[in-house]
Amino acid sequence: MTKNLRVKSSEYIDETNRISFKFNGKKYHGFKGDTLASALLANDIHLVGRSFKYHRPRGIMTSGSEEPNAIVQINPGTNRTEPNVRATEVEIYEGLEASSQNCWPSVEFDIGGINNFLSPFLPAGFYYKTFMWPASFWEKYEFFIRHSAGLGKSPTSSDPDIYDHRNVHCDVLVIGAGISGILAAKNAAKNNFKTLLVDEKNELGGSTIFENTDFNKIDNKTPSEWLKKEIEELKSIKNLEIKTRTSIAAYHQYNYLLARENLTDHLETKNKTNKVRQRLLKIRAKKVILATGALERPLIFNNNDRPGIMLSSAVKKYSEFYGVACGNKNVFFTNNDSAYESALSLYNKGITVAAIIDIRDQSKSKIVKKVEEAGIKIYWSHSIVDTAGYKRLKKVTIMKLSNDGTSVTGSKVSISCDCLGVAGGWTPAVHLYTQSGSKLKFDDEKNVFLPNQNTPEQISVGSCSGDFKIDEIIKNLDQKLKDTLNIKETGLDNIKVEIDQESSKRNIWLLPSDKPLGKTKPFVDYQNDATAKDIKLALREGFRSIEHVKRYTTTGMGTDQGKLGNMHALGIIADTAGVKMGELGTTTFRPPYTPLTFGAIVGRNVGEFFDVFRRTPMNDWHVQNKAEFENVGQWKRAWYYPVNGETMHQAVQRESKAARESAGILDASTLGKIDIQGSDASEFLNRVYTNAWSKLGIGKCRYGLMLNEDGMVYDDGVTTRLGENHYIMTTTTGGAANVLGKLEDYLQTEWPELDVYLTSVTDHYATASLCGPNSKKILKKIIPDLDLSDENFPHMSFKEANIGHIQCRIMRISFTGEQSYEINVQASYGKDLWEKCIEAGQEFNITPYGTETMHLLRAEKGFIIVGQDTDGTMTPIDLQMDWIVSKKKYDFIGKRSLYRSDTMREDRKQLVGLLTDDPKIVLEEGAQIVSELNQSPVEMLGHVTSSYFSPNLNKSIALAVVRGGKDMMGKKLFVPMENKNINVTVANPVFYDAKNERLNA
Amino acid sequence: MFLINCPYCGERDQQEFKAGGEAHIERPKQPTELSDDEWAEYLFMRKNIKGVQFERWNHAHGCRKWFNMVRDTSNDEIKAIYKMGEKPPSQ
Ligand SMILES: [Zn+2]
Repeated sequence: MTKNLRVKSSEYIDETNRISFKFNGKKYHGFKGDTLASALLANDIHLVGRSFKYHRPRGIMTSGSEEPNAIVQINPGTNRTEPNVRATEVEIYEGLEASSQNCWPSVEFDIGGINNFLSPFLPAGFYYKTFMWPASFWEKYEFFIRHSAGLGKSPTSSDPDIYDHRNVHCDVLVIGAGISGILAAKNAAKNNFKTLLVDEKNELGGSTIFENTDFNKIDNKTPSEWLKKEIEELKSIKNLEIKTRTSIAAYHQYNYLLARENLTDHLETKNKTNKVRQRLLKIRAKKVILATGALERPLIFNNNDRPGIMLSSAVKKYSEFYGVACGNKNVFFTNNDSAYESALSLYNKGITVAAIIDIRDQSKSKIVKKVEEAGIKIYWSHSIVDTAGYKRLKKVTIMKLSNDGTSVTGSKVSISCDCLGVAGGWTPAVHLYTQSGSKLKFDDEKNVFLPNQNTPEQISVGSCSGDFKIDEIIKNLDQKLKDTLNIKETGLDNIKVEIDQESSKRNIWLLPSDKPLGKTKPFVDYQNDATAKDIKLALREGFRSIEHVKRYTTTGMGTDQGKLGNMHALGIIADTAGVKMGELGTTTFRPPYTPLTFGAIVGRNVGEFFDVFRRTPMNDWHVQNKAEFENVGQWKRAWYYPVNGETMHQAVQRESKAARESAGILDASTLGKIDIQGSDASEFLNRVYTNAWSKLGIGKCRYGLMLNEDGMVYDDGVTTRLGENHYIMTTTTGGAANVLGKLEDYLQTEWPELDVYLTSVTDHYATASLCGPNSKKILKKIIPDLDLSDENFPHMSFKEANIGHIQCRIMRISFTGEQSYEINVQASYGKDLWEKCIEAGQEFNITPYGTETMHLLRAEKGFIIVGQDTDGTMTPIDLQMDWIVSKKKYDFIGKRSLYRSDTMREDRKQLVGLLTDDPKIVLEEGAQIVSELNQSPVEMLGHVTSSYFSPNLNKSIALAVVRGGKDMMGKKLFVPMENKNINVTVANPVFYDAKNERLNA
Repeated sequence: MFLINCPYCGERDQQEFKAGGEAHIERPKQPTELSDDEWAEYLFMRKNIKGVQFERWNHAHGCRKWFNMVRDTSNDEIKAIYKMGEKPPSQ
């Protein structure tokens, strides 16, 4: 039977709108406005999960994003399921399902709970100590660990939702819409600053919005009434944008922030479709006002983790804001006045408050007096030494606290209760502040870390800056806004605040018990089950740095990043090590403040938008003709064109033979093309290529090799001289952007005196490369009036011509060793050109070939591919391309490095050809090469860089880099593979037509 | 994520820029005159300071111009930006 603990109507809960939802398979009811946590509490459910290590039953502890325990799986088993969601942040809707995590088979009966009884054997660093050796056992350990722990399940089908990114620019960003954030945003907007106010909750007003007591008054109204009026006024202010359900995930330098705006998570499933679920806002703000508030601290005492033990402020919020009593019989445990507000809130609604246990010896404030008058028993100078109740708190046991706070005395008193509100003071939420790079200082009086600086670009206001009381907040806000916004009036100095609260508190980081620490369980990090004992053990074992203690004990490393317990961990370390808190520093707060979905991070960059593809103008033809594609850089290039169910090997063999026997055609549009103009263009090429360019005639082409300054081959390609001061350079497909960048760099920074202009024209031209003995005849058919004789149009020259009205540039250059013509036209005519070539080539069985055949054909000729046969460690000399390095030129990029002692070594790896003794065996690219088989260890001489079966030579050929290979011609070497050793012989890398007779055949 | 004031375009997001290492390392005019050690000094040795560092940056997804930046690498504060060829600001 479920109980109803709804105690009063709340204006934030719509009791006319009843909502049913399921938790762990069972149906419950709540109301519109409830969070999953408040709805469960209204049904008297506290037990919602199990802790990570000991599998102890855990309940809802907070009412916000700092929740460590109530971590649930939303809509399990669906494609919208999401793990690690805080029940305190989930707004319920009709049909919502949620389930507990980290328990098996159920939260009520969990096998892992046995760890709790094993806990003496599971100390800090247990995982490190136990599972580190032997390494081969890890697989077994891992299975055990993952099965028994595991935080939630990820969805197994693709995410049906849409996510979005948006850039936002504003003058003032206000983070947090509590009282200080609202007043700051109002002032900023009224003073004509374009202002954005964000808050992670769905309602504005922070904790002040449910501050209904008579003890604090603003302009003679309760703080809640007063603030509601302020919020109402916000709506009519221009320049102000308000975003609720929006949490700042990260605060980077230069006021660059990432926020997640949640748009549909609170809607019924049927209303979620075709809407943006979450939007990642990339905010660049001129000024940031941090009004992130403060988090209440728990107290650290024995068995402080049972379901029913909550933060006192959460008890108050559930009572005031959600109209839910968290227990029938409540006790509070405190070191300051704020628990008394929570107690009165319950008392005023007729709910039993059995006692308040206060570790202070007194407090003189009116609110305490009022509690006493109400007949609520207060135990001054007392501490809780133990609690009882496995799945729900049943009682607390208290004893008198010694004057120095380190021990307890006297007799035990037990108080039965089902809810304990704990109030340990407040910790300013400085996470975002420190993420921005700003530094903290420790305030010894308040026992808190506070922002140490306010700059014109960033201020912290309200309780995140250490102002916990409304009068302090308003007074300091007035001055801070005037300074930061450079304004004269805020209107805040006229506000009359009456406040009755004592700020006295007694801070004891770890409360004593009658039992020694080894026998108690005072949890510091609830999610990761780190206790005070673990922290002390880490210190005894020699850990000193707070960052190390954190990792060793896992304190603060859960999905909540230890928002509740980090301060206590620091305090216990400081006390134990005898150092001051301020000297210890804090651990680093890293983004995201609260977990971010992958969907929000990737936004629209999914599916085909994940990475941009570049396609050539002929792409449609390739697709229609069933080409297989390969990715080259961002390009989709035709790889091979299988016909009649050919395998890749069969297709490539056919294509390769056809290109040499009759005619082939390749889409070469992807090669990088850079237009180079200016009176110093020739000099520029002299400096960037290894060979000489000044004497290249107009209308001639030349192959060039480009080095890095370290002498290693960087790129290659053919450059054509179009005019006196005009060249067009081609680069490798993948290297185009980098080559342009490098050339621009030298022009702008080293040689600004050169008159040279570079323009990338890669996308402006489409290129069809006609190749083979019949290529000339095909070209003749397309352009009858062009004189194609070898005298007029020899190899390595260029002509301009027209195909009909289409202008084209034709280079007679060859990457295959066959007679070839590269025809370049304006990109938009690319497909037209291609189809014309195919049509004209029909009678010669023109065969389209892809990149694989291109690679094979050039390997037959021993032509390198930069990036395949080179890897950034090969000089032109290593490649046996000495012929291309000018001896006459005084300088070019990389020249000096060719004369370094290291690059001149004779035993460098050098490019050679390899022939397998068995001509049918094709080597694997990347295979290692050795000279000895019966030696161990054996020196690795090099590796295979390119390897193919050549249909034109009818044997296997390979290129390889081999240490000292230049002088090994004819030497027998070995390629050891997993199951066999392959015998190979070093050969000349030019396997086919070594005399280049086919270029003019 | 820095906000970088390109001397040609104005303030732009860091995403548009490419870092280009230490600034004011001039390519030797007569490399052949240098010993291996001297050439290696130019080629390989960079300071990588924790603190104020002079750097080259390129507005790669913008005007494509190179310029210099003075940046404190310990807190990423950009202290100055100036064009190529201009004298670095004195500290
Ligand atoms: Zn620019």
